[in-house]
Order: sequence, then C-alpha cells, then structure tokens
Amino acid sequence: MDVMPRWADVVLIPLISLALAAILSALVIVGIGEDPVAAVSLMVKGALGSTYGWGYTLYYATNFMFTGLAVSVAFHAKLFNIGGEGQAMLGGLGVAIACLYVPWPHWTLALIFASLAAALFGAAWAAIPAYLQARRGSHIVITTIMFNFIAAAVLNYMLVVVLRPKGAMDPASARFPEAVHLPSFQEMFSTADTALFRGAPANITFFVALAACVVVWLLIWRTRLGYEIRAYGHSETGARYAGISPFRITMIAMLISGALAGLMAINNVMGEAERLVLNATEGAGFIGIAVALMGRSHPFGVFLAAILFGFLYQGGAELALWTDIPRELIVVIQALVILFTGALDNMVRMPLERLFLRLRGGNG
Amino acid sequence: MDFLTIIQILDSTVRLGTPLLLACLAGLFSERAGIFDIGLEGKMLAAAFFSAAVAAVSGSVWLGLAAGIAASLALAALHGLASITFRGNQLISGVAINFLAAGLTVLIAQDWFGQGGRTPSLVGGARFEPITLPFADHVAAVPILGPIYSELLSGHSILVYLAFLAVPATWWMLYRTRFGLRLRAVGENPAAVDTAGVSVVGLRYAAVAICGVLCGIAGAYLATGLQAGFVKDMTAGRGFIALAALIFAKWRPWHAMWACLLFGFLQAIALRYQNIDLGGLVIPVQVMDALPYILTVVILAGFVGKAIPPRAGGEPYVKER
Amino acid sequence: MAAHREPGRQDTAAPAPAIELRGISKAFGPVQANKDISIRVMPGTIHGIIGENGAGKSTLMSILYGFYKADKGEIFISGKQTQIPDSQAAIAAGIGMVFQHFKLVQNFTVLENIVLGAEDGVMLTPSLAKARKVLVELEQEYGLNVDPDARIEDIGVGKQQRVEILKALYRQAEILILDEPTGVLTPAEADQLFRILHRLRDEGKTIILITHKLREIMNATDTVSVMRRGEMTATVSTSETSPEQLAELMVGRKVLLRVDKAPAEPGAPILEIEKLGVVDEKGVERLKGIDLTVRAGEILGIAGVAGNGQSELLEVLGGMREARGNIRLNGAPLSLSGRGCDGQARRQRHIAHVPEDRQREGLIMDFHAWENVAFGYHRDDIYCNGVFTDNATLRRDTEAKMKRFDVRPPDPWLAAKNFSGGNQQKIVVAREIERNPDLLLVGQPTRGVDIGAIEFIHKQIVALRDQGKAILLVSVELEEICALSDRIAVMFDGQIMGERLPGETDEKELGLLMAGVSGEAA
Repeated sequence: MDVMPRWADVVLIPLISLALAAILSALVIVGIGEDPVAAVSLMVKGALGSTYGWGYTLYYATNFMFTGLAVSVAFHAKLFNIGGEGQAMLGGLGVAIACLYVPWPHWTLALIFASLAAALFGAAWAAIPAYLQARRGSHIVITTIMFNFIAAAVLNYMLVVVLRPKGAMDPASARFPEAVHLPSFQEMFSTADTALFRGAPANITFFVALAACVVVWLLIWRTRLGYEIRAYGHSETGARYAGISPFRITMIAMLISGALAGLMAINNVMGEAERLVLNATEGAGFIGIAVALMGRSHPFGVFLAAILFGFLYQGGAELALWTDIPRELIVVIQALVILFTGALDNMVRMPLERLFLRLRGGNG
Repeated sequence: MDFLTIIQILDSTVRLGTPLLLACLAGLFSERAGIFDIGLEGKMLAAAFFSAAVAAVSGSVWLGLAAGIAASLALAALHGLASITFRGNQLISGVAINFLAAGLTVLIAQDWFGQGGRTPSLVGGARFEPITLPFADHVAAVPILGPIYSELLSGHSILVYLAFLAVPATWWMLYRTRFGLRLRAVGENPAAVDTAGVSVVGLRYAAVAICGVLCGIAGAYLATGLQAGFVKDMTAGRGFIALAALIFAKWRPWHAMWACLLFGFLQAIALRYQNIDLGGLVIPVQVMDALPYILTVVILAGFVGKAIPPRAGGEPYVKER
Repeated sequence: MAAHREPGRQDTAAPAPAIELRGISKAFGPVQANKDISIRVMPGTIHGIIGENGAGKSTLMSILYGFYKADKGEIFISGKQTQIPDSQAAIAAGIGMVFQHFKLVQNFTVLENIVLGAEDGVMLTPSLAKARKVLVELEQEYGLNVDPDARIEDIGVGKQQRVEILKALYRQAEILILDEPTGVLTPAEADQLFRILHRLRDEGKTIILITHKLREIMNATDTVSVMRRGEMTATVSTSETSPEQLAELMVGRKVLLRVDKAPAEPGAPILEIEKLGVVDEKGVERLKGIDLTVRAGEILGIAGVAGNGQSELLEVLGGMREARGNIRLNGAPLSLSGRGCDGQARRQRHIAHVPEDRQREGLIMDFHAWENVAFGYHRDDIYCNGVFTDNATLRRDTEAKMKRFDVRPPDPWLAAKNFSGGNQQKIVVAREIERNPDLLLVGQPTRGVDIGAIEFIHKQIVALRDQGKAILLVSVELEEICALSDRIAVMFDGQIMGERLPGETDEKELGLLMAGVSGEAA
C-alpha cells in the first residue's frame, strides 16, 4: 500500500507547504518592520474587496492559468519547460501581427485567429528546444532558459526596428484597431445602474483560460494521447516497450506546452495593453512554474493556484501602493512556494509519511 | 578601429568577463560534483546587494566582500539542503533561489536605504579600486606592448586578478589533488565514492560551498568593483551566461576562461556599439545580446562537439545495492 | 571447473570465525528482509550464500558493508565485536565488496578507480605512483592482470570486475564479498573468476559468494548457507550436500521442476528469423546472424547466460530495437527499422510480449492496475471512443482479468507498484495472453515471482501453446527452460550455439553450449 492516503498527497502536502511559505513570508514582512496582519488584510481588501480588485486578481489569474497549464503539460511528460516566459513573449508577437496586419471585421473572429497565432508562435518557440531534446539529447531546461533570453532579444528587435510606428519613442507596437478590442468584465457584467469591475483589465480571455483548463484535463486524463504522455513521463523504457515514440511525445507535449504559454498573450497583449510592449509578460511565465508545482500539475489545482497567485499579485500591488512594502514581496512569496512545494517537497513529505506509518501501525 | 580602441574593448572584455568567470567556475565546482545549479544568478545577485549594502554602511569594501560571500553561502546552503539532504529537484531549487534573491534584495534594500531598491553609491574605501601594476606608468609609452601592459593588464581591481588566478587553481585542484579526484568521481558515479568509504553528502556540500564562495566574490565584484553600488536585478542574466559558458567549456576550467572572455567580449562590443556594420551587413545589437545564448544552444545541440554533462548531474544520490 | 574443497581446513585448532553474525534483523517498512540471522564464516574458506531472488542475501551483505544499519544483532570480525555504521568502517574492518552492479567511475582510468577513497595524502600524483607499484605486485600474486591506464568505459565487464576485486585488495581486504558475480559474465569469464577466487582463498583470504545458482555453489564453495524469505535455513559443508537438497532448502518444499504438459504438436512455422544482426548504441555487435524458427503449437526456449544477446532478440521482436536481416511472421515480413518497427506495429501483427523487466518495461508502476491493463493496447478500438479512452470498459475488463488470473488483491484502482512481484507479473501475463496472439514473446517470466505464481504462469503459457500458438521463451534459469520448452536453442555471444530437444539433452550438454563450446564438439 501507499504510505499515505491520496488526500494527504493531493491536499495536505500542498497546504502544509503553502503554510510554511506563508509563515516565512510573514517573518519577512516583520523583518522589514511592517505588520503582517495589516499587510494581509490590506491585500485581501485590495484584491478581493471590490469588483475592481477581483477584476485585477482574475486578470492575473488568467495569465497564470495559461502558463501553469503549460508547465503542467510538460511536467506530465517529465519535461521541465522553463521557457514559458519566452514562449509567452513570442505569443504576444503572434497576437500583435495578427491584430495589426489583418483588418478583422469583429472581435470574435479576431479572438479566434489571434489565439491561433499566439498558440502557433508559442509552440514554434518551444519546438526547437523540444526537437533538440528529443533528437540530440540537449537538456531542455538549459535550452528553454537560453530561448527565454533569445526571445527577449527577438522581441526587442521586432519592437525597436520593425513594429515601432514611425516617430514613436517607446519600443512598442502601434495600438491595435478598435475592432479587435475584447469585451472586458466591465462591459460584460455592468448593468445600467451599477458599474462592475470598473477599470479592471479582466476580460473574456478568463473564460478561454477556464476552457483551457477543461481541455487540458480532458487531454491528460481522458484521451489516448494524454495516456501516452503520462506513460512516457513515468517510464521512458516502458514507453518504448508499449510502442509509444519518445520523439513524438516529447514534441507533442512541448508544442502543447508552448502553445498554452503563447495563448497567455491574448489576455495581456490583446485584452489588456491592446498593443505589444517590451515587458508584456511580467514574469508570468515563471510564475507558471510555481502554479504548476502548487497545483500538482492537475488542471483544477492549477486553477486554484492561479487564483491564489492572482490574489497575491494584485494584493502585492496594493501593498506597494499604500505601504512601504515593495511589490517584490510577491516574488519572495513565489520563490518560497516554489521552494516548499517543489524543491523541499521531501522535507514536508518525509515526516508526514512517518506520521502516517505510525498511525497505521497503531491501528494494525 | 584603431589600436587604442581595440585595447579599450579588450580591457572592458576583461572587466565584463570577470564576474562571468567567477560564476562559471562556481558552477563548475557544483556541477562537477553532480549538483546542477541554475541558481548562480540568484547567488550573485544576493552577494551583490549585501556586499554593496555592508560596504556602504561600514565604508569597508572588505567587510562588504565578506557579507556578499556570506549571503551567497546562505543560498548555497539552501540549495544543498534541498538537493542533497532532501533529495529534491535541483533545477526547481535553483529557480526558487533566483526568485528569492530577486525579491529579497529589493525588499531589504528598500527597508534599509529607502531608495527604491538600490544602495547608496559607493565611494572611496567602499569600492575595490584599480591596482596599478609595477612600472605600468613607465612602460605606457612603449609601442604595442606598453598599452597592452598598462591599459589592458594593469589597472583592474584585485578581484579581477583573483578571478583569473582561480582558473589554474581550479585546474590544479580538480586534476592534481585528492579532493579533485573525489569531486569528479562524485559527479560521475556517487555510488563509487560511497562504496569507497567517502561521504557523498560531505563532498557535495563542500562543492556547493565553494560554489557559494565564488558566486559571492562574483556578486561583490559586480557591485563594488565593476559598478559603484547595487541596483535592482543588476546581474541581468549574467548567471545564465556563466552557465552557458560552463556548457560551452564542457565543464573544463581553462576552456571556461576562454568562453567567459568570449562572452565578455560580446558584451563589451554590445556596450560600445549599437549596431555593427560589417561592410554593408548591419548586425543589430540584439544579435550581440543573444549570441551567447545562441552559441550555447548550438553547442548543446552537439553540432560543434557534444557537451556531455557529468553523468550523475541532477540526480539525487540514493543508496542502492 | 576444478573443485578445491578442503573441509579439513576448518578443523585445525578452531580459529575465530572471520565473520560471525548474531541475530541480525532488518525490516524495510512492513517487509522483514532479514529475520534473526546468525552465521559463522571461517577464515580461509569460500562460503556460499544461496537463496532465491528476494530471500534477503543482498540485504544481509549490505548490512555487513555498512550500507544499511541492522535493526537488531551483532557483528564479530575475527572474534571482535565490530560496529559497521558505514562503508568506511567496513573497509577498516578488512571487508571488501564486489557489488552486482559495479561501482566504478566510467571515465576514470583503472588506476584512478583503485585509488579513489584510498589516497595516501592530499596530493594525487604520489598516490597514483604508489598504487601503480602495488597493482603490479597484486597482479603477480593473484594473476589479476588489467591495464592500469585503461578507461573503465573501454574495458569489458570481466575486466571491470577484476578492477573491483583489485580495489578491495588494494584496501587490504581480508574478507571479500561477491554479490551474484557471474550474472554478467560469460562462462569462460566465470571460470577465470573462480580460479582467481580459489587462489585468493589459498592465500588466506576469506570469501563470501552470494548467488542463486546451484552449480556455482557446488563447484566453488567450501561451506554453504541457505536463505529463504529473510531467514537462514541451514549452513552445511558443500561436500556433504547435493543440489537437490539445497534446492529444497531454498524454496522450502520439493520443487516441481516439471510442468505437466502433453507432447507438442508443432504446426506451420509462425516466426521465421534469418540472419538477424544487431549492433547496439556503442557499436558492439550484439546479435551475429541468428536463424530461428518457431512453429505453431510449440514453445521454443532460448537458454544462455545473461547478456549474450537474448534481451536484444526479444527487443527486436517486440519492436523496441532496430536490426538487420529478415523476420517473417505468418509468412509476411516484419519491419526491422524505421516506420512499422515499434511496439504498436508489432501488436497489430498479433505479437504479444511479456518483457524481461516488468517494473521498467511491462508496467507503469504509478498507474492504476486498470490503466496498466491497456498498456501497449491503449490505442485499440475496444478501449477507445475516438480519441478518448473508454475507462469504464477498461475497468470492467480489468476486473474480469483479475478474476481469471487470480490477481490479489483484485482491485483495479490499486497502483501497480503496490502489488507483489507475482501479482504484477500476472497482470502483465493476463494482458498479453488474453490478446490471443499468434506469437507470444516471454522474457524471464518468473524472475522475482513466488513459487505459487510460477506454477500458474507456466500453466498459462502451456495452455496458450495448446491452442496452437507459437511461443518464444527467454530465461536465464536453465531449469525453467528445460521444464517448459519443446525445443531449446542455446545462445552465446550473439549466436545460436545449437538446438536440442529437452528429452535428448541434459544440463551438462546445455551448460557446455552456454559456455560457447560448439555443438559438434559437445
């Protein structure tokens, strides 16, 4: 039998890890001379206390769902895709090209094709590391890191040299035409008397992200391809025995992963900025790692973890606005979550396993 | 391009190559012992901040250096705890350490100095001053060799000379001492080391600690030698370029030096020129920025001689019969 | 192989045992690997420890070498009670160990491997110089010649094993433990090894030989201890026992080495192999032009020492490895490279495969039993609705299979890793046999499987044969080959040394063939 019941593995361990991260974060806040209780209440109020706050929280969560799913799909094939950031940058480029150079008659069409472009660009950016891993054994972690930097250079070049409108100073593309404007939550949910989500960037992409969660769940747990991805992730020799091609699975898993990371761009580039700027991704690609680890690579877990990080992001911004606590606090929290749910997993797990072993011994 | 320009570019190559070299050798020790380290960046960043902060407060750059090394060592210990003691994923641990450093440095900088995540500018004894080598002024007038000696070789801070001395020292340690033999063995096959009666955990912690010290020096050089103070994210990917150089050098000390000088040279060129005009073909500065990474991918792909990492790299050691 | 047995040695003035263990117990979680084990090994003898896989032999030796800490019990070395908390202590106590899987650094030289951990000082050069001198002496004393400057990755396994022995001797080991040393050796290399061991014994070293092969025990040891399910069941003088008695002690009851089966009625050829050649990733030729035929309704057994190409043969047939030559199944050719050469294509041609290593190949250990029942057949129409998997059907199918094959516990939701070895193998066998294949490939069907499950699995294989299917059986257990096969082919060094009928041969002749002595000479 397994040492621990399933619920302990799926729920208890992430919760303990999260608690450890929270305690340490509180200590950090105390360490810089601030009051953690006040900070948390400010974060809750700022991120969840109004539809405006929710509008930001869900906007960030949308980004993190995409990048979290991207990391998760690769994880299932035992591939560590650190390249979500670069893939999301390239996704943004795809969205910008689709929105700027095609006169879309309506946002729905634009959304569909911009999504395709984002996914295509993201997948293409993941394709080279995937191919090098599958065919030449180049470590995908290193190549995807390198591709993040290369992506930054590509984006920089495109914005400075190609996409920047004549006479503009900013390294940014022109503003997208009005026709491709995506409905924001404000436009979707406000009634004539009450304005909801006013000024918040959450938009229809949130529902695309929810759909992506469902699709990824179906893919991983309900399809033959998902079965093969998981089988390959658990045992490469087993996959060879069963006639599952390692090359094919590595390529497909990474292409899906890259496409999901790229899809993030319809939220931040098309939905929010409505033009392509240099630092559009704001590190969301990396937060995907924390989200996937915390969500145990399961789409529902990713959904919850993305909301949590959305809350942290928005709450952190509020903190930076009203107190002396810089926004980097959330980077620390993010680091601690990755540390405890990822690298120090055994530190939480081993004592817990001993505890369960003792409990079972006591019963038996 | 005249001779003096070349000397100046090479001079900044040495300056920019120094932090890369220190970090690269740091990674070499760690990875040769079988511990992958993508947290070089974070360790350097933490060291950069604490060295600058302590130097600013105390006025002593040496105290700053010590603080930088201590900060880097603390993060190295965390990496060791995660990847050696708790047998966690070394890559994930490295990612966490990078973010931890990125966040904490700004947080603490803001708390201590309130200047938006930077330290005050360092002056006087709070910085590593250039050292003028003997007779540098006298021979400056000698054609060719004079400027090479007085401009290129002389006039760097002590950490630069330390970094380049670390190359033969590393080579010697790796290939001529008992420690080096064991270190290389533990990165290739920890079981062989274990059954030979040598502690795998001890060796790996030692390697990670050396890595911490070297990253600490690299960070301190950035903030107190190359520049005069800490600014947010000042490592700017140097930890990853060092990692790239390490792969480029196939985990060998002398090759690491050449790789770091090459990447330092690329940075020096990119700093000096926006776009390079090669007889009609204009190379945009972004290509120079991306070149170290592109070269690394090419090397990793095995098109120019395959880079094979230490065999036990990345795998936690579990005793097996 | 000469048998130097000198039982008289042990009687002289009763010296203190080189090793004495008293009441050693060790548990891994709920599994009791060693139960109250006591043993005395006299100096200057070769002491065999025999037992089935999983009997606890290796655990016991790992305790002696400081790899594991015993829960209970005492260790005495040459009469002195000794604590062995780690390998360092074991080495200091004069114990050297040659593991089943060698512990060598592949890209180091022989000399560097020998010196590692036993250096004389901080500097390497003098250590290496001294080791070079000692090595020459050791070579002359025991006939253990290897090139000190050769890299490990460039020398064969036989030589690598010598390096392991030299490592122990360099550390002045008086007691040498060898764990299943012949598993990867050719018979000739094994003979050489035993000659070396005898010489070491004659020079006064004490040797513990762990094996599950009766022949080695009978030929090489002075004394033998038998282990069964974590317990030491007997220690006897080798000259006063017989293979039959040892076998009985090993398994706890009279072994049924015969399988009840009717004579085979071979039909048309199902599998025809011509000039099959395989070169592995390192450029080593693993199969050197194999010709074989398996007919409907017969079991062809492939005998041989592990590592003589049997695994590669199975992998080629199972679509896991590319090869040259010709293979026809039911008269139509099989692809041996590129597209059409993978496990999926083979299954479509009705080839089923019970792989040699069920934990690394045949099962995904973290998958539920019901997911494993589709493994390899997961693209089959019966398990799918379009691109989706039909999990409900799969679970029903799993329950039925578990019932028919008596898998315990019959819980489709249990992960494969939580079944015992025998029940894991039953899941694999059920999956493969119930596909009603034309050809069944079976590799080491009963490795790490308890006796009850062995009989059941053997019966299933015979039943499939009786339905007129072709079966290719690979096993390193000669007894299993003899009991199951209708025809036996012996492999050595990537070649078929000869074919025999079980009724017309004996273990001696087969053993010679396995040792590479060709059919005509035998």
